Amino acid sequence: MAKLTIEDLKKIRESAKKGTALREGETNVKITVHMGTCGIAAGAREVMDVLLEEMAQTDRQDIRVVTAGCMGMCSSEPNVTVEMQDKDPVIYQHMDKNKMRQVFKRHVLLGQVQSDFALARG
Amino acid sequence: MTIRMDLLLCGGTACRASGSEDIREALKKELARHKLENEIRIIETGCNGFCAQGPLMIVQPENIFYQKLTVDIIPHLVEEHFLKGRPVKKLFYKEPASEETIPTMEDIPFYSKQKLIVLKNRGVIDPENINEYIARDGYVGLSKALLEMTPEEIIQEVKLAGLRGRGGAGFPTGLKWEFARRAEGDVKYALCNADEGDPGAFMDRSVLEADPHAVLEGMIIAGKAIGAHQGYIYCRAEYPLAIKRLNIAIVQARDYGLLGKDILGSGHDFDVEIYQGAGAFVCGEETALMHSIEGKRGMPRPRPPFPAQQGLWKKPTVLNNVETYANIAQIMQNGGAWYASIGTEASKGTKVFALTGAVNNIGLVEVPMGISLREIIYEIGGGIPKKRKFKAVQLGGPSGGCVPEQYLDTPVDYESIIKVGAIMGSGGMIVMNDQTCMVDMARFFMDFIQDESCGKCTPCREGTMRMLEILKKITQGRGEPGDIELLEELSDMIKDSALCGLGQTAPNPVLSTLKYFREEYEAHIIDKRCPAKRCAALLHFEVDEGKCIKCGICFRHCPAGAIRWQKKETAFIMKDKCVQCLSCITNCPSDAIF
Ligand SMILES: Cc1cc2nc3c(=O)[nH]c(=O)nc-3n(C[C@H](O)[C@H](O)[C@H](O)COP(=O)(O)O)c2cc1C
Repeated sequence: MAKLTIEDLKKIRESAKKGTALREGETNVKITVHMGTCGIAAGAREVMDVLLEEMAQTDRQDIRVVTAGCMGMCSSEPNVTVEMQDKDPVIYQHMDKNKMRQVFKRHVLLGQVQSDFALARG
Repeated sequence: MTIRMDLLLCGGTACRASGSEDIREALKKELARHKLENEIRIIETGCNGFCAQGPLMIVQPENIFYQKLTVDIIPHLVEEHFLKGRPVKKLFYKEPASEETIPTMEDIPFYSKQKLIVLKNRGVIDPENINEYIARDGYVGLSKALLEMTPEEIIQEVKLAGLRGRGGAGFPTGLKWEFARRAEGDVKYALCNADEGDPGAFMDRSVLEADPHAVLEGMIIAGKAIGAHQGYIYCRAEYPLAIKRLNIAIVQARDYGLLGKDILGSGHDFDVEIYQGAGAFVCGEETALMHSIEGKRGMPRPRPPFPAQQGLWKKPTVLNNVETYANIAQIMQNGGAWYASIGTEASKGTKVFALTGAVNNIGLVEVPMGISLREIIYEIGGGIPKKRKFKAVQLGGPSGGCVPEQYLDTPVDYESIIKVGAIMGSGGMIVMNDQTCMVDMARFFMDFIQDESCGKCTPCREGTMRMLEILKKITQGRGEPGDIELLEELSDMIKDSALCGLGQTAPNPVLSTLKYFREEYEAHIIDKRCPAKRCAALLHFEVDEGKCIKCGICFRHCPAGAIRWQKKETAFIMKDKCVQCLSCITNCPSDAIF
């Protein structure tokens, strides 16, 4: 490895910060994938996979992906909840890979709620 | 794919000893079973600090604190929490006083009352990955010191910070550096003291295990300040994990050119080597440490000349403690004024303590100078277990003294602690309850000193031997009138005439216990009684029928089968079988055995 300059060090810091952001940086968006037994049976696993693929393609470090158990709406699983800072949570139902991509690109990144498959706001 | 969750598993020495490596393997296996291995990462950190609760794990982003993990629980934990998002309550921390469970780390009093500078990366980064250190602003201070500051400005900043040596003596670090800077000579050395010989102390080990780069960064800056190009870290061989992580850190720093020639293009050259010591207490003393690195027997020599003039291989040398160095980069980054804003008038910044003994929350704590001993013991430490009474807190190990109840509100700063007869020391803090015999405690430390005395000067070699003999005699019930006076006389002589700090401070535990607990010495000598019931020779090992509540606890604790007891009957100790281990006395809830 060649000797670092101060610029290299800064670059390493920026990219390393991405790797440790989970442990400190601020959270503006929280996406919850409901992974109860019902959710997993309905395909929550695939939804999670595409969500994490989408995450890998953004530079945003303030988005957190978490899981939660069944929320009692088993018939509409997979369910995904998106919570933006200072806004009411939005629950999306019957999610699949494509819907997840759309919700991520439009709602999470641009703030446009995808009312077509949203259950309710709040 | 993106990582959505970090499992910060504590890999400090204490958590490893309680099984964290097995936990890691179990986690790996279960994560793989649920196909979570690409989205959840296990990061093995250095010591998290809350050692008594280990093995520990912090889960991010939620900041959930899990304690006392076992291999058996891992499948449940992975499925419930990491797959389905339901944190597992039975692994939460339970507040000892209120029995309340607390899920997140920031709400646990042990952590929330601390102020982290030296330990800012503890339990947060992988110490074997330099990039994680860099992500947390690692080597920012170095960049500034090397590219924007002159050596004089660096020294000025450290002086402004008011940083004092954390190895025990509290000498102003900036001043020490200035002496070495001014000393003539083109070859100089910057050394790091990681000998950590005080019994019960583990501050420096934890810093090295959790954040080795912080120490390296401080040393490189010291090198520029004094004009040194070579550093040595003197670390005891009994710290294998610290040495391993230091070695990894050194290799990674060299690889990045943060050690070696022309660091960051600044023209400053500096490299570091580790020197392993064999774990002798005296080798923590500065001149003995330097002899040891030179390959000679680790014995002190008279000063002057001071190391700043003639140190390692007779070259101007600065020696600082691990914790002292770990403060430096942040002082460069945030400025001396920032550092000086924390603490008291004459003691700035924070101090790390190894909190142990009769206290609920055993572990490593970092507190701002000026906090009271009471706050440390009761708020961070969670008080004394089993509803026992606090007796004293011992600071500074074999060179230090104890502080009794009436001085618990003493603020932690160098001068205030000395005023009450103890020393700040390097950070050992042993809490003692009413079951500690102060004479026996003094004997313990004298025994240690006697073992560790290098034998070069007579006062220490012979004087501490005599003191130990007297203390043993007293604890064995053979004390005589005049013993206390003789201890005092010997103490004065040894303090005045010993060659190095080891001997000069050796009488301190005796003097401070005499100051506050003289009547306990007298009870041993005159009444042949040990009030704390610790000195076996002064105990009868009999049960007081009036006090016995017939609970059978002594019976269950006796390892020798020497106690006869049946429900609703007074216990009876069979002396021919009794091995005088004190476990019945220690555990008796009604103080009935004498
Ligand atoms: C017997 C004896 C043992 C010592 N052990 C240590 C030690 O283990 N670690 C340490 O940093 N300083 C120890 N010291 C203090 C060192 O001599 C020295 O003062 C210190 O390393 C200087 O660094 P500082 O100014 O950063 O505290 C010891 C001193 C004596 C007299």
